[in-house]
Amino acid sequence: MEFFERFAVPHPSPAIYASMVAIGLTVIAILAGLTYFKKWGYLWREWLTTVDHKRIGIMYLISALLMLFRGGADAIMMRAQLAVPENQLLDAQHYNEIFTTHGVVMIIFMAMPFIMGLMNFVVPLQIGARDVAFPRLNALSFWLFFMGAMLFNISFVVGGSPDAGWTSYFPLAGTEFSESVGSNYFMIAIQIAGLGTLMTGINFITTILKMRAPGMTLMKMPMFTWSALITNAIIVFAFPVLTVLLAMGTMDRLFATNFFTTDNGGMDMLWANLFWVWGHPEVYILVLPAFGVYSEVISTFARRNLYGYKSMVASMVIISLLSFLVWAHHFFTMGQGALANSIFSITTMAIAVPTGVKIFNWLLTLWKGKIVITTPMLYSILFIPLFTIGGVTGVMLGMSAADYQYHNTMFLVAHFHMVIIPGVVFAMLAGLTYWWPKMFGFMLNEKIGKSAAWTIAISTLVAFMPMFFSGLDGQARRMYTYSESTGFGIWNMISFIGAAGLAIGFALIVYNVYYSVRYSPRNISADPWDARTLEWATHSPVPEYNFANVPQIDSIETFWDSKKKGHIMFKGDYEKIHMPNNSGMPFIMSCIFFAWGFSFVFAMWIPLIITTIGILVCMALRSFEKDHGHYISVEEIEETETKLRGAK
Amino acid sequence: MNLKELFPRNQVIGFVFSLILTAAALTVYFLDLSFQAGMTVLLVTAFIQAAVQLVLFMHAGETEDKGAIYTNIYYGVIIALVTIFGTLLCMTWGYI
Ligand code: HEM
Ligand SMILES: [Cu+2]
Repeated sequence: MEFFERFAVPHPSPAIYASMVAIGLTVIAILAGLTYFKKWGYLWREWLTTVDHKRIGIMYLISALLMLFRGGADAIMMRAQLAVPENQLLDAQHYNEIFTTHGVVMIIFMAMPFIMGLMNFVVPLQIGARDVAFPRLNALSFWLFFMGAMLFNISFVVGGSPDAGWTSYFPLAGTEFSESVGSNYFMIAIQIAGLGTLMTGINFITTILKMRAPGMTLMKMPMFTWSALITNAIIVFAFPVLTVLLAMGTMDRLFATNFFTTDNGGMDMLWANLFWVWGHPEVYILVLPAFGVYSEVISTFARRNLYGYKSMVASMVIISLLSFLVWAHHFFTMGQGALANSIFSITTMAIAVPTGVKIFNWLLTLWKGKIVITTPMLYSILFIPLFTIGGVTGVMLGMSAADYQYHNTMFLVAHFHMVIIPGVVFAMLAGLTYWWPKMFGFMLNEKIGKSAAWTIAISTLVAFMPMFFSGLDGQARRMYTYSESTGFGIWNMISFIGAAGLAIGFALIVYNVYYSVRYSPRNISADPWDARTLEWATHSPVPEYNFANVPQIDSIETFWDSKKKGHIMFKGDYEKIHMPNNSGMPFIMSCIFFAWGFSFVFAMWIPLIITTIGILVCMALRSFEKDHGHYISVEEIEETETKLRGAK
Repeated sequence: MNLKELFPRNQVIGFVFSLILTAAALTVYFLDLSFQAGMTVLLVTAFIQAAVQLVLFMHAGETEDKGAIYTNIYYGVIIALVTIFGTLLCMTWGYI
């Protein structure tokens, strides 16, 4: 019995038992549904074993949306708890667990896969490639991310969730103050997902450097692809820090090492330091692809080429370097002296300059454009003023002397939500709506889409603006309740209303998907937005091989030129196409990784050793495997092409 | 094809170099050096060792994407140095 007790939730409540039942029932329903409709084979052949970048992209996007709802549920619970003073909805421990999982889920398991999803789907198409450089590695990246996310998500029903914040600062996250397995979940689940991200980084840098269509020099790449290149470069340099950091944290928690303890030579603040060495570049990993999406959307719907292409590229390169020079602004109050703080203050403010350059380039693109307001464009336009609020308050926080006032208050919380929601979430929703027809062959409804955009934008302001005021008034972050005499009540009530509005906005998006699946016309063209980049030159939905002929590039906007100036992009006859084979290995290996992670979390050493061997065996098998892929014959290409063209 | 082309000159040089560097690093254990001196020897030999491996055995600089490879390495070195010295600045020198 003792053995099973450790899997019990240390701090249960009726809500958690209800979730257990709900999770159990959902799993049974899914398994039963798959069996009843005989979909197991389809699922295995078409999705679990796929190495196709488009399908992997779509799986990333589905996971991201699921996690958005999981994180959103956390958010609503927090806002409900704070809505009135001295509320009893959640107790302190639950509140701690919820803000921790909210942060981790939103950043690591929502924003990251959203970005990965769009990158996976779009980048190979934009550069005229047939797939990424290492398709099977790409599948492994996805499944590692997925298993990491699943491991993290079972924490609240098996053993208890982490409760030391998404930053998981030691010594709070050490065994002395966090006894439950919660923080082990933090270390291991993020480690597994992080490995996947690191592999994606290497994969996409190689893809972009090596697999561009003939004629596409670096300076002729679409802006989204540029942003993907820079983002992945940051990933490759920042994620190893996280890997090492989590390994050190795991060792402190499970093997009683003393990296981050307060005695025995440990250095407790070193965790905070190294966390932000990864953490600040991470916020730019999130926001640069979003900037890439805005660049595409704005130039498409301003009906003109992007203003200042070269300065856009230059500003991203500079941001990528500067993003590694500012991390200490997250702990100005930790105890460094004025010299160290001033240095990091200056670098922090410097980063606002290249960001500003980008904002002005978008404004100037809009300036002379013939603007068409579609849903993606609406998100992009709403992004500019909202993000500016976030950026300006960021500069305020960046002044180290002033930060003593703002640090760890709701002001900070308002800042980063005002950058992340317009900066990342709006962009991802814009990108999803923009590329949706390319993915599925029909459009999302514009009317519902626009009302969702407005609801989300207004609710963002209602939810987060009050926090600037209550923060300046002294409301600390991560406080589970407050007394009436503080006067924070009204601000938090307004915030709660905003949060509810956000929930309605996201519900509208779900409704839009449902509505459009049922009613949206299917006879649209391959280029419904009259767009400018290469991905619109092939059919929607995109055939397995992407382009029947490899496109010939000779300007930044070759596809636009081919539409307007009669430039011929696809020359010559069809030739047989070489494609990679599907493989079950990434999925199986990631399942073993899940078991590995689970064993690690609960310090079950024998299963851990067995699964470690399992992982090594998978890698060895792969090394000895001979897999030369397959060819798609010319007849097959002709057949597919006629069919897809006929469908239009 | 003459003998000169067949002889793996670079590899042999690399091998000898690695041996010398390893021996130099080993002296730290056998000689009674101060902590600082020992660490300096270890760090210096480690970096040269890494460079030897990259250039002579992993063939950095022998292909046409030489530029990309070296940019990558330099960028990595810069970030590593910034991280180390920035951390020292926060945690030791600038900490009061
Ligand atoms: C104009 C550029 C920006 C500046 C000057 C800036 C500055 C800062 C500063 C100084 C802090 C720490 C404040 C404190 O702890 O007291 C901070 C926190 C934060 N920023 Fe920004 N920021 C900028 C842009 C961004 C962007 C683009 C993102 C994300 C997409 C972002 C995400 C965050 C997050 C997540 C935190 C808080 C993390 C935590 O403590 O939990 N920031 N920012
Ligand atoms: Cu930062």
